[in-house]
This record gives sequence, C-alpha cells and structure tokens, in this order.
Amino acid sequence: MKAMVYRGPYKIRVEEKPMPTIEHPNDAIIRVTTAAICGSDLHLYHGLMPDTRVGTTFGHEFIGVVEEVGPSVRNLTRGDRVMVPFNVYCGSCYFCARGLYSNCHNVNPNATAVGGIYGYSHTCGGYDGGQAEFVRVPFADVGPTIIPDWMDSEDAVLLTDALATGYFGAQLGDIVEGDTVVVFGAGPVGLFAAKSAWLMGAGRVIVIDHLEYRLEKARVFAQAETFNFAEYDDIIVEMKKTTDHLGADVVIDAVGAEADGSFLQQVTGTKLKLQGGSPVALNWAIDSVRKGGTVAVVGAYGPIFSAVKFGDALNKGLTLRMNQTPVKRQWPRLFEHIRNGYLKPSDIVTHRIPLEHIAEGYHLFSSKLDGCIKPLIIADAG
Amino acid sequence: MTTPTPSTPYVANKPKDVPSAEALRARIPGWGVDLDPKDRPSYPREVFDPAGTGAHWDYPEEQPGREGRERSIEHGQLTPVFGTSAPLHGVSGSIRRYAYRYSEGRAAHWLLLLAGDRVDAWGAHLWSLASLRPDNPVTQTGVLSEVRRQGITSRFGKKRADVNHLWLDPVVVAGPWVAAAAGAVVVVRAAVRRAR
Repeated sequence: MKAMVYRGPYKIRVEEKPMPTIEHPNDAIIRVTTAAICGSDLHLYHGLMPDTRVGTTFGHEFIGVVEEVGPSVRNLTRGDRVMVPFNVYCGSCYFCARGLYSNCHNVNPNATAVGGIYGYSHTCGGYDGGQAEFVRVPFADVGPTIIPDWMDSEDAVLLTDALATGYFGAQLGDIVEGDTVVVFGAGPVGLFAAKSAWLMGAGRVIVIDHLEYRLEKARVFAQAETFNFAEYDDIIVEMKKTTDHLGADVVIDAVGAEADGSFLQQVTGTKLKLQGGSPVALNWAIDSVRKGGTVAVVGAYGPIFSAVKFGDALNKGLTLRMNQTPVKRQWPRLFEHIRNGYLKPSDIVTHRIPLEHIAEGYHLFSSKLDGCIKPLIIADAG
Repeated sequence: MTTPTPSTPYVANKPKDVPSAEALRARIPGWGVDLDPKDRPSYPREVFDPAGTGAHWDYPEEQPGREGRERSIEHGQLTPVFGTSAPLHGVSGSIRRYAYRYSEGRAAHWLLLLAGDRVDAWGAHLWSLASLRPDNPVTQTGVLSEVRRQGITSRFGKKRADVNHLWLDPVVVAGPWVAAAAGAVVVVRAAVRRAR
C-alpha cells in the first residue's frame, strides 16, 4: 500500500509499505478515504517530538471504510463507513472508565504521561497513522463510530480531532454567560474554539493571530473580533485596553508548541529544540486573562520543559485547565450541533491534496502559503 | 480639572458592555445552547462509566510480540496493546533503548530520544544514497510549493511574524549536512597532511 513516510525533519515521501495486519483480536483494518494534516503533525514534521522514527506514517485525523476486523470485534463489519477518534484507547483502564479516553494507560508503553495517538511518534505509542491507504485501528469496538448517513465526509474527518478539540477547549474554559473569551490562534482548532465559545454563552469572542487571512476567517466563520498581534507593540496591553483593563475572563491557547511572537522562544523552542516548544501563546494567555480567570490549553506541547511564566499564573490566582481531547465523548453533542446547523466544520477546509502530493501539502501548511487553513489528504483520489 | 470616574476593575460592579442574550442569539446561530454545563459533554470531567465505552473486557487480551518492546520505566508492566511501527534498530535504536533507562521525568530521557531521532535521520539519508531510491531534498521537502502556491506573495507585505526567522529553516534543514561535509573535509585534509 502507499503511505506517507517520515524521512527526518522537514522531509517526507510516499512509499510502498506492507499492508497493516490484525495484531490483536479487537483490531480493525481501515481503508482510508479522507485524512487531514493537523497543526500538531507539524511538530513531528519539524522534528520537535522525541522518538519520531524514520519510516513511521503520520496522521491522526482520518475516516474510511472497514476492510477487515479481528475475531473479537462485535460492533463493526467489513464495508462500514467509520470515523476514528485520534485517541487510541482501550475503554477499560482506570482512566478510560472515568471518561479520560485521551489518558488511556493500556495502549502506550513508551510513556505514562500521554495516551495513544495514531501516527504521533513512539512517545505516543508507536502506531502508524492514517495518511496512508490503510491503517490498523486497535480496539475497534471502542473508538470508531459508523458515520451517520446524513453526515458529510469532510465534516466527519474534522470531528476526529480539530472540531472536537476546539469544542473541548471552550469547555475547559468553564465559560459562563457574558464572559469575554480570548482565543490565541486562528488555525482550525482556534476557529472551532471561538465558534464553540458562543454556543456556551460567551458575550465577546476575540481571536488573535498574525496571519491576516486566518483572522478574516475568524471574523466570517466564527463572528469574532480579531487582533493581529504583529500590528501591535504589545498585544497584552491591547487585551487589557479592550477589556477595560480587567483582562479576559477566559483565554484559550489554541496554538501550542510553535507559537510565533518571540524570536528567542522561536529559536530555543522550535529551531534548537531546547524546550518542549515555544510557549509564547501560553504566556500571553496567562498575562491577558483577568485575575481569577481561566486559561484553557489545547495547543500541543512537547514533553520537555518549557519557559512558562508560572509565577504570574500563581499570583493572578488562575485556573489552568488542559488535556488532550477525549474525542468520542464530544461526538453525540457535536453531531447535534452539526445537524442543527450551528456548526459546519468543513467550511474551514482550504485544500484537498492527493496522497501522492503530501510532501507539498506539508510544506504548504507548515509555511502557511496560499491561504492554507486546513488541508485534507484524499487517499483514494485515483 | 475633574478626575475621571474610576471604572472596573478599580470599582466592583460596573456591568460589562455585553450585548443581551436576545441580541446574541439573533446574531449567532446556536448561541447559548450549551450554556448549562450539564449540556457539555466533558462535564464533569470524570464520569465513572466503564460499561459505556464499548469495551467487553475487564483487561484486554495481550497483543503478541511483547519480547524486547521498549517501555517507560514509569509503567508497572508492558501495556497489553502497543504500536509496532518502526522497531528499534541500529545505532539510533541503541541510543533510544538507552534513553528508556531514564524516567519521563528526566531530561536525559528526552534529550537522548531526540539524539536518537537525529542519528536515525542521518543514517537513513546516508543509507538511501546507496539505494535505488535516494532521498530527494526537492520533492521530500515539498519546496516546489513555494513556486506553485505563492510562496512570496503569501509571505511578504503581510506583516507575518514568522518572516523574521524564515532564514533559520534552511539552516536547520541543511546545516547539519553542511557541518558534516565541512568536518569530513577537515578530517581528510588532516589525514592527507599526516600522510605527507
């Protein structure tokens, strides 16, 4: 089969790989029909995530058709059209039993601090991902769900991570009616977080980025006020001014490890890999939220230490809430919101790229060329 | 001269200048449908419901091929299921296996893994040169999209904050190779001098 293969930082190619096989009785093999490149895939692509091995296939956002199931699988049969949450999880460990699917303890031998994620390095379990023609899906009775007939494929693939994560980020903010919510990052997760903040009753939603075309999307798609931090000497002062010097009630970091805005953090965090990423957005979140406010973090960071302004968080009495998203927990409610027309996730898709051209897709997305917000990988374009 | 009236946060109760719920509902489809935390799917954060996950086991059957699989020493056992992509091999594999002697709480663990990653990549590039499909830095970096996808007009004149460190990317990608080549030249010249 054809699959995207990592060759080292900034280098990928499509190779012929052996077909995945049933390695556990509750495995399924999925023929991928649509995948996506996630902003967090770029951390792997740039060599930021420890134990990212040459030869692995990325991709934790994908949907497809069941090709084969293991002998203990009850809920899926060959030919089912399924969406697969980015979390690999068992459904039965201490954490899964309490709904913390993203923190599963039974699927990732390489680390205890993170659960299993498809195509996201050996630090996340060493599973190949869905930027391929076929992929192995463990615990087929737990993670995958049959895509409802009424649901569009592009909406479904965005439910596997980006939409679920943006929506989860807004939940982490514990928004109450009338809150002022600031979202750092106008990428897919930030756009969805901003949109979700309204559903939870926000009174103002402000999105901050440095890419004007994405801020335009935030204004149109998420009805948000926007600030381009590159146009201001100090974005924190602007946030204080626009909130009567109170600060925002809730701030969501939807950027993560490769935040721009500080040359020093960029060089040490993302180029030299001396930190677990560049925590500029997180620091700005801490500084722009009001005292006693909440900072929600859904942007992904690496496992190494980062230079975070923890003293300010302490002195301001902040609540910091974060996690990888337990995706499947979000789905029933998000299905309702899509069906009711409150959310139309595929509106943010800008590029549809055949698997053969995935290297250009990564460069395009990484470098933010051609107005790219969300690129999809069409595995069965031929 | 009059002193301006102090406002929030310097006084307690100035109301926020926020549109009414009716105005927001009219402007934003779905505004407030998840206002009640009980309607939010991750509220409360932990809900004990082992029967609701689809799992029909108390402990999953163990996947075969467990021998030699590296694991974090913070785990009490090898997990019953694990990924089998790209097993450890060669020098990079030795470095990575050594890294797993340290817990996730130790910088040595992560820095050794990153070192293993670099050795893995360099080794793969060198091996590829002896293969029928050598690495191609043009196609594999996707750099041709700079031409096809408005690389210049997408970046310049747009007040993008990332333009100021753009020059570092080629250094990061090609720098190790240039350094390795320079090192090789130094070594060869020293050897030649010594031979004379």
